[in-house]
Amino acid sequence: MTQNPFTPRDWGSHPPYVHPPYKSTPLRGPTKPLIPLRQTLSELTGPVYGHECVGKADADLTRNARRNGEPLGERIVVTGRVLDEDGRPQPNTLVEIWQANAAGRYVHKTDQHDAPLDPNFLGGGRCVTDNEGRYRFYSVKPGAYPWGNHHNAWRPNHIHFSLFGPSFVTRLVTQMYFPGDPLLDLDPIYQGTPAAARERLISRFSIEVTEPAFALGYEFDFVLRGRLQTPVEG
Amino acid sequence: MAKLGQTPSQTVGPYFAYGLTPEQYGYDLASIASGTLTRSDTEGDRIRIEGRVLDGEGNPVTDAMIEIWQADAAGRYAHPADPRGSNATFKGFGRVGTGTDPEARFIFDTVKPGSVDGMQAPHVNVVVFMRGMLVHAFTRLYFSDEAAANAGDPVLQSVPADRRGTLIAGRHVTPTGVVYRFDIHMQGAEETVFFDA
Ligand SMILES: [Fe+3]
Repeated sequence: MTQNPFTPRDWGSHPPYVHPPYKSTPLRGPTKPLIPLRQTLSELTGPVYGHECVGKADADLTRNARRNGEPLGERIVVTGRVLDEDGRPQPNTLVEIWQANAAGRYVHKTDQHDAPLDPNFLGGGRCVTDNEGRYRFYSVKPGAYPWGNHHNAWRPNHIHFSLFGPSFVTRLVTQMYFPGDPLLDLDPIYQGTPAAARERLISRFSIEVTEPAFALGYEFDFVLRGRLQTPVEG
Repeated sequence: MAKLGQTPSQTVGPYFAYGLTPEQYGYDLASIASGTLTRSDTEGDRIRIEGRVLDGEGNPVTDAMIEIWQADAAGRYAHPADPRGSNATFKGFGRVGTGTDPEARFIFDTVKPGSVDGMQAPHVNVVVFMRGMLVHAFTRLYFSDEAAANAGDPVLQSVPADRRGTLIAGRHVTPTGVVYRFDIHMQGAEETVFFDA
């Protein structure tokens, strides 16, 4: 095998390690060039999480942490497919999410934002994609929140996503944003992404996905690294 | 040619704990992985891997998340692409945050992996995530007591000789067992080797 089975990370799509407007990057991002690695069995394999690893309620953040009522906020459905670069669906892939509540407050103990916690909302969940690579979450729309990066800095509304894909090298941690958010133009994390690829991080509002009298629908597909060669078997 | 563009990576941010490492941080959600990879019936030599993540000023990072992926004691991965398959008691995946240990360490209790595919020295695949990194970083941990195998490892040998040491975890025998120490330096003279894997 002279070629890597998985396509490389496309550095025209991913942000750089050091992006000075995002002020914690200059001391934390590696500065030496990455060493190219010929993929071995260690990279072609990766953690396997099947449907047995998630409970049915895990994908419904409006229910998975209720104490004495429903969480506050605008209910949303977020759904889409996990694909590779050739458009092939990626089934049986673990998708984990975490987000702020409708007021822009994280449950995390170090979140000091002076916005209310919601006793009925944790903000964490997970699901596993179906045979067509589809995932589906119910939640409430996360609020924007301030952060200390610069004067009057606010993160746009976003949901954090973590995906595995078929191998260790397809691992992806990202954030999904909402269409029309005026904070996107001002956010150094979103803006750290190469301009040509940025809009891939914005979900689409969908009236078809919207559930009547219940929740607004947003669609968002993920594209993971693909394969350079057809697998010999299968 | 690929038709679709890769979804860009974004930082894991400072607040991943209740979603990705909830039990470790005391949140009311089951964890899918932790720092303990072994079960009582897992075969192999028990080891502990511990270390810190150090930023460009040498300060320990208290909001990093480390994931490891490794073969079992016989060098087999628990994944269909490894035709030999791992034994059912060892999944080979661990995940911890550096925010609960007083010294900001990540700590994994696992088994020492065997040699993978007959060519590679025993190693652990490591991914680093943290606030301040928009893209995760891949590295590898090799073992200081495997000098002969390390000398023949194709990945380790592809690294410039003067930087190979950043990938070698030092073996320490302690009253509670064998500990391999592996500090991850994000920057500086001792910057850990990261791979374009
Ligand atoms: Fe966030």
